[in-house]
Amino acid sequence: MTASSQTTASGSASPAEDNFILRPFRLIGRTVLAGFREIGRIATFSSRVVLACVTPAIYLREVLRQCLKVGYFSLPVVGLTAVFIGAALALNIYTGGSRFNAEQFVPNIVVLGITRELGPVLAGLMLAGRVSAGIAAEIGAMRVTEQIDALLTLSAKPERYLYAPRVIAGILTLPLLVLVADIIGVLGGYLVAVSALEFNGSLYLRNTWNFVTSSDIWSGLIKAAVFGGIIALMGCYQGDRSKGGAGGVGRAATLAVVGAAVLILASNYILTAIFVRIGL
Amino acid sequence: MIDFAHKPILELRNVHKAFGAKQVLRGVDLSVAPGQSLVIIGGSGTGKSVTIKSALGLMTPERGEILFDGKLVSDARQLEALRRRTGMLFQGGALFDSLTVWENVAFALLYRDHISRAEAKKRAIENLAKVRLPASAADLRPAELSGGMQKRVALARAIIAQPDLIFFDEPTTGLDPITADAVNNLIVEQVKALGAAAVSITHDMASVRKIADEVALLHEGRIIWRGPVSALDASGSPHIDQFVNGRAEGPIQPAI
Repeated sequence: MTASSQTTASGSASPAEDNFILRPFRLIGRTVLAGFREIGRIATFSSRVVLACVTPAIYLREVLRQCLKVGYFSLPVVGLTAVFIGAALALNIYTGGSRFNAEQFVPNIVVLGITRELGPVLAGLMLAGRVSAGIAAEIGAMRVTEQIDALLTLSAKPERYLYAPRVIAGILTLPLLVLVADIIGVLGGYLVAVSALEFNGSLYLRNTWNFVTSSDIWSGLIKAAVFGGIIALMGCYQGDRSKGGAGGVGRAATLAVVGAAVLILASNYILTAIFVRIGL
Repeated sequence: MIDFAHKPILELRNVHKAFGAKQVLRGVDLSVAPGQSLVIIGGSGTGKSVTIKSALGLMTPERGEILFDGKLVSDARQLEALRRRTGMLFQGGALFDSLTVWENVAFALLYRDHISRAEAKKRAIENLAKVRLPASAADLRPAELSGGMQKRVALARAIIAQPDLIFFDEPTTGLDPITADAVNNLIVEQVKALGAAAVSITHDMASVRKIADEVALLHEGRIIWRGPVSALDASGSPHIDQFVNGRAEGPIQPAI
């Protein structure tokens, strides 16, 4: 009798069978553990950066520099996104509304959709592409060229000098960008409504103004602040972890965009659910 | 002249460091006294950079002790004290792209010591002059400088806070022989002016002969030879002999 048949006869699987049966479970186990490790790393990194954001010393010059990079230079892309989304939203609502003879609600739904949902989410996603990737690439390049090691030898903590200013800039500037996006988005809807859908201009604006509430605007701005933090954090985290030269920096940028986009969409749902529950 | 009366400012005792299954350092013992210039030589991938990064706390050894000024560096506070009295010139310069040359040089003064920007710029320009760079270079970006100039700026940054210990990671890599010699001269001049201890790593034997008081050979994760630079050519060590003469044949296997 062979060794293999002996073990089978005794009821336990041979090593080959054992591998075959257990392989999928091992794979699932490894993937789950890797996922938890990544969550743990992100949580640890985020807590260090958030602590650096709320305790001195805060490098104001760096914060201002990042506000300019994150906020001011993102205005064109956010503005363009908002105007086209506002215009397309007006057309879609008009088409859908005409099925119920509810075309007159175009201004109301455009302003609600832009302020509460599309303004913050689309501005967040556009900045995830523009800013998160940029931060990851910049910090990744600093990591692989030993600039972050140089910071440490000069007694400057990267979370305080590099990451906190970017996160603060993200939290401060994305709400401002979203405020601009809200105005431009409503303007996009207005232009289409007046020029193509034969709405009266002043009536459209009056309906918009009378319908929108401060809570519509505030809920979008709160979302924007959270998304701004996520965008900067993911860029910093992936940049900080990058290794292996240009390929590693490129990978960091990709992971930052994907991570930021997923977290923006997930947190958007959670925040919306919270706002609905608390009546904001 | 080497001052052996001083106790070591930096000591590494039995330092071990591995990356996954690859054991890089297998018990490194090193010491350097104030005013002494020690150069670590060794083949590519033997752990020279890992040794100085471990000493600076940029990597954490699995085993062993690092002592600075006689005190064990075992927590963040002591590591911070070590870094405050240490300068480092990185292999690629590691200048901050987003800052001007003077902001790079004065970084420690601006962000650690919080001195005014006007005073920091004045001291940065003084230190640029020490490494033979004109004041007109102060407002340039690192990307606008040649490789040799970047090394000089990195040297100015390493010495501006008047450290007691300076690390040089391949200071002449990528430079032509004339520029490399100029950088070597500046290193010797500035280290002597500060009275600091220096630990350098290099493959460049011309650099070794110029800047070293003592030489240590790192091989297979350990220091296997150490002696004065004058003993290099008659060391009696086949490893040193192979390295000094740049031969592929010998006890040190090429890294290809």
